[in-house]
Amino acid sequence: MVSSQSNRNPARIPALGFRALALVVLSILLMWLDHRENHLDAVRRTIGAAVYPIQIIVDTPARIWSWAKEISTGNNQLQLENSRLRTEALITRGRTQELAALKAENDRLRAMLDAREQVRGEVRVAEIMAVDANPYRHNIVLGVGSTDGVYDGQAIVDASGVVGQVIEAGLHTSQAILISDPDHTLPVVVNRNGLRTVVFGTGEYNRLDLPFLANNADIRPGDLLVTSGLGGAFPSGYPVAVVETVTRVPQEPFADVTAVPAAALDQVREVMLIWTSAHEDGDTDE
Amino acid sequence: MSNSRAHQNVPVLITILVAFMLMIMPLPGGIESFRPDWLALMLIFWAMTVPRSYSVGIAWLLGIVLDVAQGTMLGQHALALCVIIYITVKFHLLMRVFPLSQLAATVFALLALYQFLLFWTNGVAGVSASAVDYWGPVVTGTLIWPILSMFLSGMRYRVQSRG
Repeated sequence: MVSSQSNRNPARIPALGFRALALVVLSILLMWLDHRENHLDAVRRTIGAAVYPIQIIVDTPARIWSWAKEISTGNNQLQLENSRLRTEALITRGRTQELAALKAENDRLRAMLDAREQVRGEVRVAEIMAVDANPYRHNIVLGVGSTDGVYDGQAIVDASGVVGQVIEAGLHTSQAILISDPDHTLPVVVNRNGLRTVVFGTGEYNRLDLPFLANNADIRPGDLLVTSGLGGAFPSGYPVAVVETVTRVPQEPFADVTAVPAAALDQVREVMLIWTSAHEDGDTDE
Repeated sequence: MSNSRAHQNVPVLITILVAFMLMIMPLPGGIESFRPDWLALMLIFWAMTVPRSYSVGIAWLLGIVLDVAQGTMLGQHALALCVIIYITVKFHLLMRVFPLSQLAATVFALLALYQFLLFWTNGVAGVSASAVDYWGPVVTGTLIWPILSMFLSGMRYRVQSRG
């Protein structure tokens, strides 16, 4: 028999070393292409679509749990919640009217100043899937993808502040980075005095860093930081964080400033995606 | 022959699917860093038991899928899995006759190498993470190995005796 050789020596797997070496070289090539050139979006999307069913299955228990909780809440509690929500809606509606007036006034003033008109983007609510992403980063997986018009770099906020931005829009799901990721930076302004700076993630959900503020900068605990819109990804004016501590060491050039994110980064289940004017059509291809 | 092979493939595919789910299943913040590398463990077991069918090619493909599912660099997990499965297949006869303690030590070394490769590629790409993110899975993976391998061999035996 021709194949008897391999039968006699079962330890030998034909061309194992060669195959392993080829695959290792291929992996390195892929990593280089992916990291340096970002050429592999199509590949990612295709495989991502195949992974989608698994993600759905993993997400299902959490979905059922919240659904069951909703069903099992008593009538009494529902009524309570309903009345609370109704008051909340009333207050919000009142504020919105105020906002409309303010916006009109703002537009008028801007027109008088000949400033470029600011366009508020479209928003849409998206659900965070109960699926863990990259273990080395603060990433989340959203249940919407490029078929819903999501694009790379899109801003994500929740009811109280900025959450993060999309880093990879797949077909039906997308990966997003939180502002607390150590690799995430965000241009902000201090709401009180318009001081511009950059906020860095620290890897902790409840702390952000502001490393580039001079020792004599006008900043104090309690200051609200809002997006400046300078980075291009975020529309301006969304709350990001509140300054917590300001430590000034006399001989250091920079003050040591930390802030607490306005959004509850580790608790949110639903977030809002913002479509800025450049992407209004929901096109993914630039 | 081909029919019995197909029979053999089903449990393997199921375990791999389950491994995938366990890899992306949400865990509470504190123990997230201690998630065992389920896919690596399953692949080590199957590469040790049936090295002809489950070798570096499959490991590489699954690594790519894991990269997509976790949003890591494409090829990162593929590279790490490919290398440790190569070593496993190379020494599978030896590993089969190892006593449990020695096998556990081998698995520990393989998982440490796996995490080192991830650490190394992360470093080249400039992704920083704390040491516990790398050592946690190695420790829990080694601890869970005896139970997992007992369970998997029981499952394999049952399937074979039925087929």
